Amino acid sequence: MMGFPILTFITFLPVLGMILILFLKKEQTNTIKYTTLIITALQVVLAIILLANYNYSAAGVYEEKSFQFIEKFRWIEISGISWLGTVKIDYFLGVDGLSMPMVLLTALISFIATISSWNINHSLKGYFALFLLLDTGMMGVFVALDFFLFYIFWELMLLPMYFLIGIWGGPRKEYAAIKFFIYTLFGSIFILLVMIGLYFSATETLADGTKVFTFNILQLMNSSNYTSDGLLSPLNPNNLRFIAYLALFVGFAIKIPMFPFHTWLPDAHVEAPTPISVILAGVLLKMGTYGILRISYPIFPDITRDLMWWIALFGMINIIYGAFVALAQKDFKKLIAYSSVSHMGYVLLGMASLTTAGVNGAIFQMFNHGTITAMLFLIVGVVYDRTHTRGIDDFGGLATQMPAYTGFVTVAFFAAIGLPGMSGFISEALVFVGAFGVESIRILTILSTLGILLGAGYMLWTLQRIFFGPLNGKWSSLKDLEFREYAMLIPLSIIIIFLGVYPSAMLDIMNTSVNSLVNFLHTNFTATTISGF
Amino acid sequence: MELNNLYQSLNLILPEIVLSISLVVLVLADLIFHKDKRLIPYIAGIGIAITGAFVINQFNVSGFGFQSSTQTMRNYGLIAVDSFGVFFKLIVIASSILIVFFSSSSGEINKIKGRIGEYYALIYGMILGMFFMIIATDLILIYLSLELLSLSSYVLAGFTKLRDRNSEASLKYLLYGAVSSGIMLFGISIIYGITGSTNLYIINSLIQGPHINLFTLSFSVILILVGIGYKISSAPFHFWTPDVYEGAPITITAFLSVASKAAGFALLIRFVKTTFVSYIDAEGVWALINVFDWQSILIAISILTMTLGNFSALWQNNLKRMLAYSSIAHAGYILLGLVVFTNQGLLAILIYFVFYLLMNLGAFLVVMLIANKTNSEEIDDYDGLGYTSPLIGVSFAIFLISLTGLPPTAGFIGKLYLFIALVDAKMIVVAVIALLNSVVSLYYYVRVLKHMYLTKATDYTPQIIPSFGNKILLLILVIPILVFGIYFEPIINLAKNSLVILGL
Repeated sequence: MMGFPILTFITFLPVLGMILILFLKKEQTNTIKYTTLIITALQVVLAIILLANYNYSAAGVYEEKSFQFIEKFRWIEISGISWLGTVKIDYFLGVDGLSMPMVLLTALISFIATISSWNINHSLKGYFALFLLLDTGMMGVFVALDFFLFYIFWELMLLPMYFLIGIWGGPRKEYAAIKFFIYTLFGSIFILLVMIGLYFSATETLADGTKVFTFNILQLMNSSNYTSDGLLSPLNPNNLRFIAYLALFVGFAIKIPMFPFHTWLPDAHVEAPTPISVILAGVLLKMGTYGILRISYPIFPDITRDLMWWIALFGMINIIYGAFVALAQKDFKKLIAYSSVSHMGYVLLGMASLTTAGVNGAIFQMFNHGTITAMLFLIVGVVYDRTHTRGIDDFGGLATQMPAYTGFVTVAFFAAIGLPGMSGFISEALVFVGAFGVESIRILTILSTLGILLGAGYMLWTLQRIFFGPLNGKWSSLKDLEFREYAMLIPLSIIIIFLGVYPSAMLDIMNTSVNSLVNFLHTNFTATTISGF
Repeated sequence: MELNNLYQSLNLILPEIVLSISLVVLVLADLIFHKDKRLIPYIAGIGIAITGAFVINQFNVSGFGFQSSTQTMRNYGLIAVDSFGVFFKLIVIASSILIVFFSSSSGEINKIKGRIGEYYALIYGMILGMFFMIIATDLILIYLSLELLSLSSYVLAGFTKLRDRNSEASLKYLLYGAVSSGIMLFGISIIYGITGSTNLYIINSLIQGPHINLFTLSFSVILILVGIGYKISSAPFHFWTPDVYEGAPITITAFLSVASKAAGFALLIRFVKTTFVSYIDAEGVWALINVFDWQSILIAISILTMTLGNFSALWQNNLKRMLAYSSIAHAGYILLGLVVFTNQGLLAILIYFVFYLLMNLGAFLVVMLIANKTNSEEIDDYDGLGYTSPLIGVSFAIFLISLTGLPPTAGFIGKLYLFIALVDAKMIVVAVIALLNSVVSLYYYVRVLKHMYLTKATDYTPQIIPSFGNKILLLILVIPILVFGIYFEPIINLAKNSLVILGL
């Protein structure tokens, strides 16, 4: 594998596809669809190749040499003059146990979402071009190891997402699209500021011995790289690390979305077309928690340790608030959207524990939530395509009319509740095990378990209202699933059940890295490591 | 000695001389070919291009021109030619050439074919005024060049006389301009009264001495700032901008918003730096002479400018007016590069201007092409245009996204360097305010995209197919925005080599 820039391919393959599509004619709808399908399928193949060559014992996290599939070369280099140091930015990609599950998830969800896009019926060319651009942005975020590059990918997704919701969305699409855009841009300006602040606070030593300011995320994790007077340097007694941490956290929290920054999510989800909801819930939300794990945590371990109780608190609020609001929903899609808020709370809670079990659970939950919620949104899409309504009370007794569909719904719902044997159970259990073991957040953890109960409540109640009871006469001619829908739901169900039975398949990928991360968080940027040189 | 100095000085203003000769040629050509004026735009374009060649040739030249006989041995003169000036002249030349191309395909300008000679002659007058503004180091020359620029632009703002708006624009511009230049002249006369000199370098050395009345000096500086603030349309001297930009022919609006603003900024920076900076330390931080609290005043002005510009733009339905407010907001951002008083900030300003030139002219070009067809600049007439006119739609989207400052466009790199300068100077709060401002700006830029793409095209939606030349023009503006958004090294290097302002 050495020498083949596989991460560049997996990231920029969609852009290549986009360019191909732009050269096609508007009328060649099938060619456009199949081009996208082939591109995303190739991405899945590349992801599987990555997995096959993945070294399970390499940690990554803060150590460049144990990252895998590294690609690094100089992108921008501006030689210095007296008052201006050399500026250098690297094109630096690599994966470790934190990003590998996300790469797999992105490839998988993009492929599924492409199939789900088959019945998009107008402006296909624009749709698939934007879809592929979005794909590149998502993949790029998970493989970039240079903050500048990370930020470019992070922002690259905004515009395609705006159009995908705004053009192909529901009745209130314009409002939802601009709300999404402004909210996330608002978050990313804080990320940008912290990025610039970090740039001026730490230096990297080049091969020839010169010290230059750096955007390299791994170099920023090394407390000995910080300058004595940098704004965000731990050596500077008047540093602004605490404020910077909060700013960065807000930037990422908007994406998760963490209470009280979640209000864009229900609007975006309800108005977005099904495949875009799938992408949004499946991948985009994970970028927030991934950003915290990849950037906030290891660059600011000192603040992270101080604030873990607060992160857990917001995790708990997300879990319980999301569940309660979901309970009150009458719109099927909105219910799933709020259940997302609730489920992302588990991720926050697991992360806040700073234990191996908790963080493993958090990343595993990110992957599981990606697959399970993607499936839930597909399920909403299936019924919406047929009936053009999403009101939970408009249905009833669909189980008799659509038995195969009801089967898949049951799998997805039970997985979302966290039934043993499904992947969601393992990750939630790990989160609770990890979080319960930490004295300071034990009470919050106990309160959070209420979320499981509420989750079971709204899921089962929904299942009952839609699928059981007497059949609503309006729907007596509904057709059961067709081939395309099977093609989307079967792989997801298999993954959900497989990872429920054999979770090590995923946990082994991340375990080494998570151990290393947790260890790093507890031992670095402490009073002794900072004053020790 | 005297003659030698004169000869050297003439050498330094070679671009200006060439430009003046081209102006004469243009006027003569206009007289000779008075029946068929098709050649005039070509002659105008070629004249500017030749001038541009002479400007590029000056890139590594530096020196003072027109030193008076008693001062020959000392380091100052009436003008200063340095790489900073050359950089801004290149910005002016580049936008002038683009404006000549814009004009030849503008519907408005084509309706006044008979007077096309005067039109270009006046544009030449503007360029000449800007050139002298950029190199002037003497208050009298500064004033004269400002007036040359202003007088030409007053006429051009109402040149087409197609709508009442044109005359309104011209008159408003004239009134505001006359008042502010009068105020500026008053300030200059006070400075002369205090120091006995109009030369910036002499003033600089005198005000470092002990016998200066600081209050009077500050007062006169504020008066001069009114004149310059008017040229760069910074708040609170911006009130003319929306009306003039809306009423003037679109080519002139575009020209005013880029070239005239660039010249105004060049003047402001040179004025502040040569007059009020005592030395620059190794870190590139400017030490200001303790006359007057520049930093607080300029921070207040820049924040006020960008906030007013952005919030007013939110409510505009006329694209030209919206872009006018957006250009006010951009003047606010660019001022941020000055308020830090570091070389890093200056670098950011130069970088920003390159990108601002591309994206702002691009946006105006699109508005012009659409107005050529629909005869309207109202946002409602943009409904569905993205579907009927894909090239126009996509280019406009890229220009607007770049104006917002989102990656991967050049506008992001421009903003990034401004914020780098702010963070480097530890002005975090100002940076946060500026960033929040760009979130606000997103709303009105994206609002245009909303009309173009989120509204379906109907049978009445016009289809705009740009001519081959206009397609090339669009691509010339779009491609660098995308390329420099990803690979910005060349522009940074260019700006880095253009930081020399003679005197320090």
